[in-house]
Amino acid sequence: MFDSLSDKLQGVLSDLRRRGKLSEADLKKALREIRLALLEADVNFRVVKEFVARVRERALGAEVSKSLTPGQEVVKIVHEELADLMGKGSSKLAFAGRPPTVILLCGLQGSGKTTASAKLALQLRKEGKSPALAACDLARPAAIDQLEQLGCQIQVPTYALRGTGDAVAAARHGLEQARAQGRDVLILDTAGRLHVDEQLMDDLVAVRQTVRPHDVLLVLDAMTGQDAVTVAEAFARRVAFDGVIMTKLDGDARGGAALSVKAVTGVPITFTSSGEKLEPLEAFHPARMASRILGMGDVLTLIERAEDAAEEDEQAKLERRLAAGVLTFDDFLKSYRMMRKMGSFKSVVSMIPGLGKQLQGVDVNERELGRVEAIILSMTPEERCRPDLIKGSRRQRIARGSGTSVQQVNQLLAARKQMQKLVKQIGRGKTPNLQSIAAQQVRRR
Amino acid sequence: MTRTWAELLGGEVPVEDEGDEGRRRRFNRLRAGLRKSRESIARGLVGWRYNPDDLDAWEGLEDILIAADCGMATTQEVVEALERRHPRSEEDVSTGLEEIVAALASPRGEPTLDLSARPAVILVVGVNGTGKTTTIGKLASRLAASGRSVIVAAADTYRAAAEEQLEVWARRAGADFVGSSRGGDPAAVAFDAIEAAQARGRDVVIVDTAGRLHTQTNLMEELAKMRRVIAAKLDGAPHETLLVVDATTGQNGVRQARLFDEAVSVTGVVLTKLDGTAKGGAVLAIGNEVGLPVKLVGVGEHLDDLQPFDARDFARALVGVGEAADNE
Repeated sequence: MFDSLSDKLQGVLSDLRRRGKLSEADLKKALREIRLALLEADVNFRVVKEFVARVRERALGAEVSKSLTPGQEVVKIVHEELADLMGKGSSKLAFAGRPPTVILLCGLQGSGKTTASAKLALQLRKEGKSPALAACDLARPAAIDQLEQLGCQIQVPTYALRGTGDAVAAARHGLEQARAQGRDVLILDTAGRLHVDEQLMDDLVAVRQTVRPHDVLLVLDAMTGQDAVTVAEAFARRVAFDGVIMTKLDGDARGGAALSVKAVTGVPITFTSSGEKLEPLEAFHPARMASRILGMGDVLTLIERAEDAAEEDEQAKLERRLAAGVLTFDDFLKSYRMMRKMGSFKSVVSMIPGLGKQLQGVDVNERELGRVEAIILSMTPEERCRPDLIKGSRRQRIARGSGTSVQQVNQLLAARKQMQKLVKQIGRGKTPNLQSIAAQQVRRR
Repeated sequence: MTRTWAELLGGEVPVEDEGDEGRRRRFNRLRAGLRKSRESIARGLVGWRYNPDDLDAWEGLEDILIAADCGMATTQEVVEALERRHPRSEEDVSTGLEEIVAALASPRGEPTLDLSARPAVILVVGVNGTGKTTTIGKLASRLAASGRSVIVAAADTYRAAAEEQLEVWARRAGADFVGSSRGGDPAAVAFDAIEAAQARGRDVVIVDTAGRLHTQTNLMEELAKMRRVIAAKLDGAPHETLLVVDATTGQNGVRQARLFDEAVSVTGVVLTKLDGTAKGGAVLAIGNEVGLPVKLVGVGEHLDDLQPFDARDFARALVGVGEAADNE
């Protein structure tokens, strides 16, 4: 799953002379791998064909630069092309010269419009604007309640017109309210609709014509497959959207739809959204998305997530101690909790280039990790700092306290020792061999 | 012939007589929903002429399956299985594809919905936005129409207004409703609902859960706990655990199925939003790689747009065959 394209390309191109130009024959196998990777990432197959043709053109006869292997060279070309393609075009919101700026969100059912509306409102509020929300989804039961509750949580007013099925009236009401209350941005949450439902698409066009939005944003689920192009083309034709919010990127979908939509409509991704928690939307980073689609390590995102998760000084302290090659159970717990905040262990590790492959076949049991926390929390502060203290009777007490067995406590004690070794290795600048360590862990179980 | 609810539920159910008019309307809606996907597939098949030596033609077939979100691995398996049958005509290709696709989508034979227990508990799970609540509304209404008394439990205690949404559906279906406050314990809601069903002698309990991404370990753990609580409360429950998958979902669907199955032992898939242009081929990959059968399909917004899954219909829609049979 997390096998990266770069590893595969290294494989098929490893028999090449290390230097010189890439030939048609060399490229054939590589292009097949690229095609497969893009299809597995849900990039539309027609878009894949065009893209692969473009890569072939550029890579053919390309000089392999001194510092790279042929495989790396091809990856670099693919990555650059992908990032270029997705990065073209402005992805900024347009604001009205005379407020309120009107932003219309539309999309299929379940793409995440209501949550995205609230997140966008929160983001604008944090930027110093005074946004408001208008509930124009009159189809789904309780959609108005949902938007009102979210608006309340982020302290943004929500305008709703109850007792009507007329979305145009609801939108007009929202705009009037926003003007009357002097809000400078109005975000309209509309009902989810299928692009083939002519009547509902007509309704959306009518709302668009009534409120004359400055920005129309298509909300698109990152898990969308091949049909993303059909959906995007239909919405583009009817309501000419200016940007895309890609949602649910906190999952493990590779998000090839981002490329498909850009390729067929030319409209850039404006924001990305992860999680149901009300946090601002994130700006779209083409290079990162390219890495994600290609299944390559996303070091930037990893670093950023790690930075967010770790409290500044806590991290500094931890680093100092790790540099000295000391690892107490408190450190163990801290790093473990940071990791949990960052996401699942495997998804975090998979972001580190080269490690995704090493982890293959090794099952990291997340529930096992939950037990770790319980065991450590059952130790006294002193025991956590001086693990050598933990002998027979203490082990029994800890096992009882954490609802585990002495054997499980022993496993953790052994694991800490392993980690300590690892930390020392890193301290000396060696790359640890995760595979052998993980294999030991598995055997121990 | 499209499968009926009676077949899905085991054949012994008194199905209300909806009359010729109702039956025709229901069938037409299913057909209209499927036709849209069929038309685009058929467009793909236009110009596809059978010639065993024509590599381009075989590649074209591959494209059709890939465009339907079947995924590379499953697409190749389908094509190879077809090659092994050495089709001699275009008709051989059509029937061959139909059989291969049908076998993949129903890996355990014709699926049924086991609701023989009293009460029978159905747990409904899935990622965010696939249509769990809407599916439950339609299912409750269908089961009520077939003479069963239903309780729906709003164990989505996370999303704002999720409970209100389900309550509206419960009212429409004439089902009892058990809820809790937002932020409450979802397992407790399921527990209460089963208890209410036992006390009131209700036939079916349908438990709605909060949408969650399969990668959110703690939320998946919460779901597993909910399942354990249900199993502890009532022997043999949940009798069905349905994973709701959106037809627009791409290859991530396989990951979803695998991880949800690991957490709560899924018994079947509900494929929703089949009334758009997406073909839902991801369920083939799910059947092929995870071994989960599709049990129900959603083909529209109306109460009776939830249908028993018919593997042959689905196969025909997917590869665009059987047009003649439809033109009666």
